[in-house]
Amino acid sequence: MRVSFNWLKEFVDIPVGPEELAEKLTQVGLAVEGLEQPGKEVQGVVTARINEVKPHPNADRLVICIVTDGEQEYIIVTGAPNVEEGQIVPLAKVGARLAGGIVLKKAKLRGVESVGMLCAADELGIGEDHEGILILPPDTPIGQDVNPLLGLDDTILELDLTPNRGDCLSIIGVAREVAAIFGSRLKSRCPAFPEIKDTIEGKVRVDIEDPNLCRRYVARMVQDIKIGPSPIWMQTRLSSMGVRPINNIVDVTNYVMLELGQPLHAFDYSTIAGGHIIVRRAVNGERIVTLDGKERQLDSEMLVIADEQKAVGIAGVMGGFNSEVTDNTTAILLESAFFDPASIRRTSRLLGLRSEASLRFEKGIDLEGCARAADRAAELIHQIGGGKVVSAAIDEYPRVYTPKTITVRPARVNDILGVTISVDEMKGILTRLNFNPREDKGHLLVTVPSYRTDIDLEIDLIEEIARLHGYNNVPDTLPFGAGTMGVRTDVQNKEKMVRELLASCGLNEVITYSFIDPKMFDKLRLDEQDALRNAVRLQNPLSEEQSVMRTLLLPGLLDVLARNYYRRNTDVAVFEIGRIFIPSSDFLPEEHLSLGCAVMGQTDGGWKHASRQRDFYYLKGIVEVLMMRLGISQVSFVKDENRTSYHPGRTARVMIAGEEAGVIGEVHPDVLEAFDLPTRVVACEIDLEKILNYGPVKTRFQELPRYPSVDRDLSLLVKKEISCDEVTKVIWQSGKKLLRHVNLFDVYEGEQIPQDWRSLTFSLKFQARDRTLTDEEVTKTMERIVHNATQQLGAQVRGK
Amino acid sequence: MHEKLQKMAEEAASRLLEINNLQDLEELRIKYLGKKGALTQVLRGMADLPAEERPRVGRLANEVKKRIEDAITARADELKERQKEERLQREHIDVTLPGDRQNLGHIHPLSQIRREIEDIFLGLGYQVVEGPEVESDYYNFQALNFPKGHPARDMQDTFLINDDLLLRTHTSPVQVRTFEKTAPSVPVKIIAPGKVYRRDDDATHSPMFTQVEGFAVDKRITFADLKGTLAAFARKMFSPETSVRFRPSYFPFTEPSAEVDISCVICSGKGCRVCSHTGWLEILGAGMIHPRVLEVSGYDAEQVSGFAFGMGVERIAMLKYGINDLRLFFDNDMRFLTQF
Repeated sequence: MRVSFNWLKEFVDIPVGPEELAEKLTQVGLAVEGLEQPGKEVQGVVTARINEVKPHPNADRLVICIVTDGEQEYIIVTGAPNVEEGQIVPLAKVGARLAGGIVLKKAKLRGVESVGMLCAADELGIGEDHEGILILPPDTPIGQDVNPLLGLDDTILELDLTPNRGDCLSIIGVAREVAAIFGSRLKSRCPAFPEIKDTIEGKVRVDIEDPNLCRRYVARMVQDIKIGPSPIWMQTRLSSMGVRPINNIVDVTNYVMLELGQPLHAFDYSTIAGGHIIVRRAVNGERIVTLDGKERQLDSEMLVIADEQKAVGIAGVMGGFNSEVTDNTTAILLESAFFDPASIRRTSRLLGLRSEASLRFEKGIDLEGCARAADRAAELIHQIGGGKVVSAAIDEYPRVYTPKTITVRPARVNDILGVTISVDEMKGILTRLNFNPREDKGHLLVTVPSYRTDIDLEIDLIEEIARLHGYNNVPDTLPFGAGTMGVRTDVQNKEKMVRELLASCGLNEVITYSFIDPKMFDKLRLDEQDALRNAVRLQNPLSEEQSVMRTLLLPGLLDVLARNYYRRNTDVAVFEIGRIFIPSSDFLPEEHLSLGCAVMGQTDGGWKHASRQRDFYYLKGIVEVLMMRLGISQVSFVKDENRTSYHPGRTARVMIAGEEAGVIGEVHPDVLEAFDLPTRVVACEIDLEKILNYGPVKTRFQELPRYPSVDRDLSLLVKKEISCDEVTKVIWQSGKKLLRHVNLFDVYEGEQIPQDWRSLTFSLKFQARDRTLTDEEVTKTMERIVHNATQQLGAQVRGK
Repeated sequence: MHEKLQKMAEEAASRLLEINNLQDLEELRIKYLGKKGALTQVLRGMADLPAEERPRVGRLANEVKKRIEDAITARADELKERQKEERLQREHIDVTLPGDRQNLGHIHPLSQIRREIEDIFLGLGYQVVEGPEVESDYYNFQALNFPKGHPARDMQDTFLINDDLLLRTHTSPVQVRTFEKTAPSVPVKIIAPGKVYRRDDDATHSPMFTQVEGFAVDKRITFADLKGTLAAFARKMFSPETSVRFRPSYFPFTEPSAEVDISCVICSGKGCRVCSHTGWLEILGAGMIHPRVLEVSGYDAEQVSGFAFGMGVERIAMLKYGINDLRLFFDNDMRFLTQF
């Protein structure tokens, strides 16, 4: 909210300047985000009267004005369409400064010299209006500096209020805080104005049908209305607070709202049938055209202001078009009411209609302030000659305010804050805030002012004491008490290890959004029935592209690769650790921690080692190292030809102890095309929770061998459809107890080998625990291995 | 005989000087000391000597043999040494050629900062706990003292899934979830990092971001403890000179509530563009846990009290690394990620 420093000064003495005030307000919780001085640059502009307007001899669009500041006449050339003789206008003489720092110089316009300029509002830093010259009221004295007149000497404080402080959405609210800070007195007075003999009785009737939604309705009537612009000082005030002036009546209602925080509404009295205001719930489907010209459809939870025939306004949100104050209005009915905050909030949200009024009502206004606000409006209308106030007001107040009393225990205050504030200081603070504290058996009994709707509990008052005492006067201590162990759980430690290991293996961690485009499922070629298509959907996504919660990490990773590819990072290896979301019959969806990797291109090569293609085996190797590091030994990779997102011949299920834990494979070319990736990509996605929860892995020491080992190489020719796993299995089974280690170190296909065959070369290590092996023993075992491989796999020994 | 031996010794000594490699040296050794070598030849003549001369000549022969042997060994050592020197000389390499490096990956800056925050609080006795990202209205709002229709809900524009479910807008629901398990026992000291979501997307807001929630409940936990804890955190996270400022604020689930500023890490409080010339940077929100929140989760707010705080990991990462664009975190450009 914007707050005028000058206006504030009308309500409270401020012993400091705007900057220091801003700092003090921030310190008590009314954060000042910025200070604005609209007229900071304006200098030397005075009021002047236009004595004569003459046509320009050389230009149709320009006129020559003879103006006077009371001392001297000036010839001014202007192109403004709205100048007339007798008007009072702002005159910038040569040497004056305007908004934006412009210094005025003499100028010749089409051969006629102009010794100054008549100013539009924007040139003085007031708003953006550049339609014509700013016309001042006819009774404005001439020769005066415009700065105080137009409020250009003011400073605007921009407050970023917290939602609990609805009471500070007004000058008086902020003034109360200022008074509390400096211990100064609030300059508040009762409105005073003459009333005519005619009384409101018989002219206006108010019935509240739903006292839950409308606790109070004050009505005042003003007649002999003369609609016109409001005086310049009022317009200036409104503009400085960001409200556009409209006409004297509307401006008064807005002025009072800004000053006291009570939204008011003025109805054209003649449009209210029978002068009978009925505050009722809308009928379901009831329609009303609001002041902005739009038709709104209402429901029965919404409150309307109606007469006997029709609704004339949506209570607390916006008035009706049918009862609007117009230039022909001769009498008005002023409404100053209290509407239920939750109801207003609901209505304004459902209708998408937020107004200055609804903003205040939904935070809760001062129930006790309704009558005063109506009187203040009447006073102002009288003061500016806008009309005559009919005597008496109607005040329907079905649910009268009962002041809240709260007990504050001084010891509790100090216990919660960790301070030693004296009872006297507490009393002083609470008194400055109008809580009227009384001592009672060592406690403080306080009465909450009607405008502090945010105060309900003792803790609320503890906060009040703390903020006025000053948060920064509270000492810094550390909690005292039983110690606690600050340690990560095993699973948390392992997750940390996984991240570090993958980075050490050359993968970069990425973080992508948890919501994805449902079109991704098509891009990934998932079957219509694929369970991964069943995703948690957002009701109000920012866009369709971010509308479902991911059920897998792959699409986010492919997006990352594609984005990098087009930025010429074509050799990329990434991983992500993040949650996937699976709809469930439970209340909450299941959230699984998933590990995804995606790689493309080559590793960095060097002069010492060649770069490596990031193929299936590159990524498989990383997964194997990861499993090893976590102590998971029962890992196997089983070929899987049915993963629609992956290459049917280059994909495997990752199995841990016979249970599926994920998938690894080359991404299907159609998927790559859908992601605009003109390169091969290998990816894996693994259920990280399965891995992190694997175990417990118990490490047991094994005695070092005492007898030497014997190494033998073995080259086997096998048909290509026989997997390496099958061959290794036969070797292990045949090697029995003597075989210690099997390592595949060469795979060869090509010349000298029949087509559809390949050669697998292993190095085998034999060793016994209790003796040195003889050559014969090893040879016998080798023969058994070869025999079994030949029998079971149709293998041949290469070179024989 | 005597003279022959003397002559042989002299001859061997002078020949030795001409020898420059180990092979020639070995030939020389054989020539003089081998089975058919010169010394043997000379000694064969011993038989012809009178018996009384034999011991003298024998001594002399042994002396000569030893002299030649020693000379050869010395020469051999010298040659070996020279050979080694030559090898070392030949084997010089360019030590400035790059080493045989492994490809090294990088951990995302947000993960690194998150870990750093966790580690500081682990050191203060906190434990790390996580909660669901899809959360119920109850835990995200109602139990935290935001009833339905509460104006403070507007502070956090929410992604909805249905009437009861939403994407959590903060990590604070973990407070209530934890308390439901721990109440009524104390002390409780938890740090709860994780992703949160708000329906906001512009240069300074990301619809997904990372928060770390922290909270402590015990008998007699005070607002001063909150101040001290966060001051300790800020000094460890940023620098020992960092000062901390508390400003009153409002969150429905804490009271008193505060916004916490640290002295600007860029200008040390003198005022610069990053801190909008205020000298201060807002880094987190905090407060004493509202008695209603404690009570809804099973604690007696008269017996125990607690504080809670929440900070944005992105914000802290931006300050620590000098990152000027929030969107870089989720853009995942390798040129960005490999800087950390």
